[in-house]
Amino acid sequence: MISIRNLSHVIDGRPILHDITLDLPRGGITALIGPNGAGKSTLLSLIARLTRIQQGQITVDDLTVGASSDRDLAQRLAIMPQQANVSARLRVGELVAMGRYPWNRGRPGYEDRAQVAESLAKFGLTQLADRFLDQISGGQRQSALAAMAHAQGTDYLLLDEPLNNLDISAARGLMRLLRDMADAEGKSILIVLHDINYAAAYADRIVAMANGRIAADGAPDGVLTPQLMRDVFSSDADIIRVNGRPVVVV
Amino acid sequence: MSSRLLALLALLILSAAGFLFLGAEGPWAFLLPFRGAKLGALMLVGACIATATVMFQTVTANRILTPSVLGFDALYVLVLTVFVHGLGAQAAGLVATPAMFVINLVVMTALGLGLFALLLRLGSGEMLKLVLTGIVIGIAIRSFTGFLQRMIDPAEFQLVQAGSFARFTYVDPLMLGIGALVAVPALALAWRLRFKLDVLALGPTAATGLGEPPRRVQMQALVLICVLIAVATSLAGPLVAGSSGPSNFFGLVVAALAHIATPSPRHAILMPSAALIGGCILIGGQTIMERVLHLATPLPVVIELLGGLLFLTLLLKRRAA
Ligand SMILES: Nc1ncnc2c1ncn2[C@@H]1O[C@H](COP(=O)(O)OP(=O)(O)OP(=O)(O)O)[C@@H](O)[C@H]1O
Ligand SMILES: [Mg+2]
Repeated sequence: MISIRNLSHVIDGRPILHDITLDLPRGGITALIGPNGAGKSTLLSLIARLTRIQQGQITVDDLTVGASSDRDLAQRLAIMPQQANVSARLRVGELVAMGRYPWNRGRPGYEDRAQVAESLAKFGLTQLADRFLDQISGGQRQSALAAMAHAQGTDYLLLDEPLNNLDISAARGLMRLLRDMADAEGKSILIVLHDINYAAAYADRIVAMANGRIAADGAPDGVLTPQLMRDVFSSDADIIRVNGRPVVVV
Repeated sequence: MSSRLLALLALLILSAAGFLFLGAEGPWAFLLPFRGAKLGALMLVGACIATATVMFQTVTANRILTPSVLGFDALYVLVLTVFVHGLGAQAAGLVATPAMFVINLVVMTALGLGLFALLLRLGSGEMLKLVLTGIVIGIAIRSFTGFLQRMIDPAEFQLVQAGSFARFTYVDPLMLGIGALVAVPALALAWRLRFKLDVLALGPTAATGLGEPPRRVQMQALVLICVLIAVATSLAGPLVAGSSGPSNFFGLVVAALAHIATPSPRHAILMPSAALIGGCILIGGQTIMERVLHLATPLPVVIELLGGLLFLTLLLKRRAA
């Protein structure tokens, strides 16, 4: 379980997160939604120790973010950040193989190679494995980064807007893959989504953030209401039901 | 990829053989130890600068930077100038002695580490700021050195100048031994960092996610860079043709060639490849200049010229891409 306790964050004197307390139990997909600038990426980067925690505490199972060893945390939790520009000139296969680093410290063995091959296949990248990252499309790069996070083989997976640049078939494919990872492998996935309909369709739970606070939290059915759209997103978008599921009319 | 490394190794052995055995002008019993020491120095200097540059480019995530951008060579000339300025003519006999070598090595490593510590303070941990601050400090060091040099006696100034150029005319075996004693462990430590450097090259976010926070690796690499450049510079003098050049093109050439000869993101390939190429250029270049063409032009001048052209090409290619 990831537990976040009384987490506050300030950047340049401006409060970004206000006293957030949130539990993410093992298993399942939690979607984090909210308007631009709500603090979703900040929250994710604090959990993934990309940013130093100023106030409050985050624990992942028995590990404490900021105190436990980096290697232990990297074996437990993987992140795919929103702006993931990889500076090195790598091939897709090499990038995905880097996901195994927390386990093999640079010396890949048989298991690592098998895992990398599986991740490549899952994300439909086997054909592209020998291409350089700057020789593939933006969406394919996005998939490669997701595959790298998958290859890391952690119990917890944090994804910040992974559907950016993905076409509808790739986006649905990725969400189905995540669903499968949660159901079959018992992974716990926290995913930032802007398309609320994807959140409604694939997530077990939706956490809505606004102005650095948790505005709503619960199953998609209960959370997605016209009131939420007004209060959190300041939008008058309608919500209708299709096949018993809430759908935002855009 | 390993076959290319072997090819480079073969090339290095070939240049070394050429350097040792071409054009005998005296009895071998004298020639071989004399040339052997020079060969060792060339190899050590090549490997140190190449490894340091590859690490520096990874740490700064920039393919056209070299450690001397941070004023390292300038530091060396400053030490030399201050020394001559303080001691006057007595320094004459000391400039190329093991004692001076050790002083230079210690002072440069210390000042280099101090420089990095200062840069980290001023640059608040951001690599770009660190590099920019380093460039400014480098200019300040050069100006101060120039100022000191104007105040010393012209005859003594000659002494500084002679010491400021890379010199491969004579190598004291004792100096070479001391240099190797420091450089070889530093090179071994750099080799041990190879996988961490691979991770670091992915960028700070990915590196943190993979459990390798960039700060620690960057620090380790910077300390090693400091030591390696200090050894190379104290052993050979700054490899820049005027001691005030904007950057150390030799490192740039070597790193760029390593990326061309052995294109790989892995430091386990890049670092040895660059080290081998560094050795090849210095040894092969010296052999061709000395034995084949019988030219008196110092090798660094030629390297600077070709390096300058390469630097421009890299810049323009980046612009176009
Ligand atoms: N490096 C920074 N310096 C200053 N302010 C920042 C920085 N990073 C984020 N912020 C501010 O923090 C707030 C939250 O940013 P964050 O990136 O967490 O939002 P988000 O919910 O992920 O938004 P988006 O949906 O656009 O990705 C914003 O108001 C933003 O302006
Ligand atoms: Mg964001």
